[in-house]
Amino acid sequence: MIRAVLDWIEDRTGLVSTVAHFLDEDIPASSGWQQVFGSVAVFLFMTQAFTGILLGLNYGPTPGEAYNSLRFIMSELTGGALIRGLHHWGASLMVVVVVLHMIQVFVWGAYKKPREATWMVGVVLFLFTMAFALTGYLLPWDNRAYWGTVVTTQIAGGVPVMGPYVVRLMGAEGGVGVVTFARFYAAHVLILPALTALLIVFHIYLVRRHGAAPVPGDELVPRKKFYPVQVFKDTAAISGMFALLFGLAVMAKAPLGRLADPTDTAFIPRPEWYFQFLFQLLKYCEGPLEVFATVVLPGLTVGALFLVPFIDRGPMVKVTKRTVAFASVALCALVWGGLTAAAIVETPEAAAIAEREGPMDWVELTPEELAGVGYFKQEQCGSCHTLGLAQEDKPGPNLGSGGVSRNAAWMIAHFKQPAQMIPGSQMPTVALKGKELNALAAFLLKLTPQNAAKMQEIPAYATEGALVYQRNQCSICHKANGAGADAGPPLNGLAKRRKADWVMAHFLNPQKYDPDSTMPSYKFSAKENTAITTYLMALP
Amino acid sequence: MVASKDVDRRNFFVRGTHVLGAFIGAALGIPALIYMLKPPRSIAPGGWVDAVDLNTLKPRIPEEVSFRRIRKDGWKLITERSTAWVVKLSDKEVVAFTPQCTHLGCAYHFEESKGEFLCPCHTSNFSIEGAVLNGPAPRPLDRYPVKVEGSRLLIGTIEAAKADGGKRGA
Repeated sequence: MIRAVLDWIEDRTGLVSTVAHFLDEDIPASSGWQQVFGSVAVFLFMTQAFTGILLGLNYGPTPGEAYNSLRFIMSELTGGALIRGLHHWGASLMVVVVVLHMIQVFVWGAYKKPREATWMVGVVLFLFTMAFALTGYLLPWDNRAYWGTVVTTQIAGGVPVMGPYVVRLMGAEGGVGVVTFARFYAAHVLILPALTALLIVFHIYLVRRHGAAPVPGDELVPRKKFYPVQVFKDTAAISGMFALLFGLAVMAKAPLGRLADPTDTAFIPRPEWYFQFLFQLLKYCEGPLEVFATVVLPGLTVGALFLVPFIDRGPMVKVTKRTVAFASVALCALVWGGLTAAAIVETPEAAAIAEREGPMDWVELTPEELAGVGYFKQEQCGSCHTLGLAQEDKPGPNLGSGGVSRNAAWMIAHFKQPAQMIPGSQMPTVALKGKELNALAAFLLKLTPQNAAKMQEIPAYATEGALVYQRNQCSICHKANGAGADAGPPLNGLAKRRKADWVMAHFLNPQKYDPDSTMPSYKFSAKENTAITTYLMALP
Repeated sequence: MVASKDVDRRNFFVRGTHVLGAFIGAALGIPALIYMLKPPRSIAPGGWVDAVDLNTLKPRIPEEVSFRRIRKDGWKLITERSTAWVVKLSDKEVVAFTPQCTHLGCAYHFEESKGEFLCPCHTSNFSIEGAVLNGPAPRPLDRYPVKVEGSRLLIGTIEAAKADGGKRGA
C-alpha cells in the first residue's frame, strides 16, 4: 500500500528520488561532528519561523497593542510563555550557532577555491541573522525594546553622510514611533524571512555543487555517504541544541518589562548581549573617534570577512596546521569577550536611583495622603498594580518598586489621560477630580518598597475618616501631622483632650460647646461621624 | 556476518534519526496545538449591567433597550454598546433576548402589526416568548440571565445567554 502511494508520488512528481538523491550524497571520509553546525542553524531558523508564526497568531503589530498582546500571550494563553521563550532564546542560540558554523568553516579553511561564493553567501546570512535580532528586539515594545532601539537609531544617525538616510529608512526621523515599529516589523516578518530562506536554499545548493570540503588525505580513502551516519550526527546535534533551547524556554522566563515609556528617565538601555561589545566600544571612542566604532570597525570586519577566501589563497592543509586561523579566531574571541565583559561589569544597578522616603506607619501620613489611600482603594488601582516587593503578574507596573520616581504633576496628567503620558497604556482614566487627584498623587509619593505592604493593611476607619476630613476641607483651619492651618486647634493629641462622644456631638453643633466657635456645623451621617472621629482619635 | 553487522549499524542510525525527529516534532507540535486551541485563562469581566426601568415597559410589547458593557476582546478590555429585546410577559416574568437570530446571527426586529419577531435574512419568526414559529431557526431566541432590583432590570453576560441557549437547543 505505502509502496503504491510512494510509486505514484515518484511517478508524478519525482520527489522520492529527489530526496533519495539528496541523502545519497558522497561526502569526504573526514566528515564528522565538526560539520553539524550548518544543519543546526537551518533547524533553528525553521524553529524561529514556526514559533514566530505562532506568536503572530495572537500579536497586535502596533506599539501598545504589541505590548498588551504579548502580555496576553505570556500570561493568559496556555503554552504562550513557552512559545515566546522558544522564540526569544532561539534568537540568541541562532547567533551562537551561526557564529560557531562560521568559525568551523574558517578554521578548517573550507572557504578556499572553489567554495568562495558559498562562504560569501554565508557572510550575508550572518548579517541577516543580526538584522533579525536587531529588528525583533523592538517588537515586544517594552522599555528595554524601546530604549534599546532609540540607542540603535541614534548610533545609525551618527554615521557621517549616510546617517540621516539610514534613520529615515528606519522610520525613526522624528524619534522611535509607529513608523519605526512598522518598518522593523515588516523587515522582521516579511523581508528578512523571505530573503533568508532564499539564500539558505542557494547556500545549500552551493554546498552540494562543490561538495563538503575535503582535507588533505581524503583522496586516499573511499568517500562516505551523507545518509544515514552523518544525518544521524546532524540530528543528534540538533536534538542537543533543541534540548538546550527548550530548557532555557522553560526555566528562564523571557523578559517582558514595563510598557515602553518615552518619558522614563530612570531606565538604563542595554542592547542584547551579542551587541554589547559595540555598545562598549562606543564608550572608548568619543568625539571624532566615534565614527571608528560606528562605521570603520564594523565596515572593516564585514569587508574582511567577505574577502577571507581571497586573502588566504593557499592550498588546503590539515586543520592542525592552521595556526594563523586559530590565532585570528582566538584574538577576535578575546576582543569580543573583553568588551562584553567590560560592558556587563559597567552596567549600573537598576536600583541605583534615589529612593523616596515614606513613613512605615499610617498614623504619620497627612490626612491628604491618607485620603489618597482611600481613593486608591475606591478606584481599585490595586487590581492592576502591585504595591509591595511582591512580584505579581499584573498588567500595570509595581507602584511600590521604588525605581520609578515621578513627580505629582506627571502623575496627575497621567491619571487624567493615561495614554497621553505612556503611549499605548491600557489604564482607564481615573474618575477623580482636582483635589482628589492631588491626594492620590500625594499618597503615591510616600510609597516606598519598604512601607508598601504596610500601606495595604491600613484600617478602613482611617482611610474613610481621612476621606471625610478631606472632603470637608478641615485642613483650611486645622493642622494634623504637620499639614493644614493654625486657625483652629491642632488635631494631634485630640484623644488626650476629648472623648469620642464629645467629638462626634461637637461636629454636629460646635456652638453648643463654645458659643464663640467659628467652626461651622457638619451634618455628618452616623457612619461618617464614626469614621472621622475614630480616625482623629487615633492621631498621636 | 559482517554484512548483517553493517545492516544493524545502519538501522541504528536510521531509527535514531527518526526517534529524535519525532521527539522534536512532538515537543514543538503539542504545545503549539494547545496554544492555538485552548481558550485564554482570562477572567471574563462580565457581571450584571443595569439595562432598563421596568416601569417604562408596556406589558407584552417588546422593547429594544441598549446598554454599555465591558467585554474582554482578546488582550483588550473594551466598552461596547449592546442591545437586548426586553419583554414584560407578566407582572412576575420579564425576559431579555439576545439581539441575534439563532439561525445565522442576523439582527431581527419586532413586527408590531403581527406581534412577532421577524428575522430579515431567512424569515425566521419568533413569538414574544422567543419560540420559533416559522423558518429555519434551530432553537428559540437566546435569553440573557436577568435579575430585578427594585424597579431596575439587570442583565447578565452574553456568554451565559449563549451557553444557556445552546443547552435548550440541544
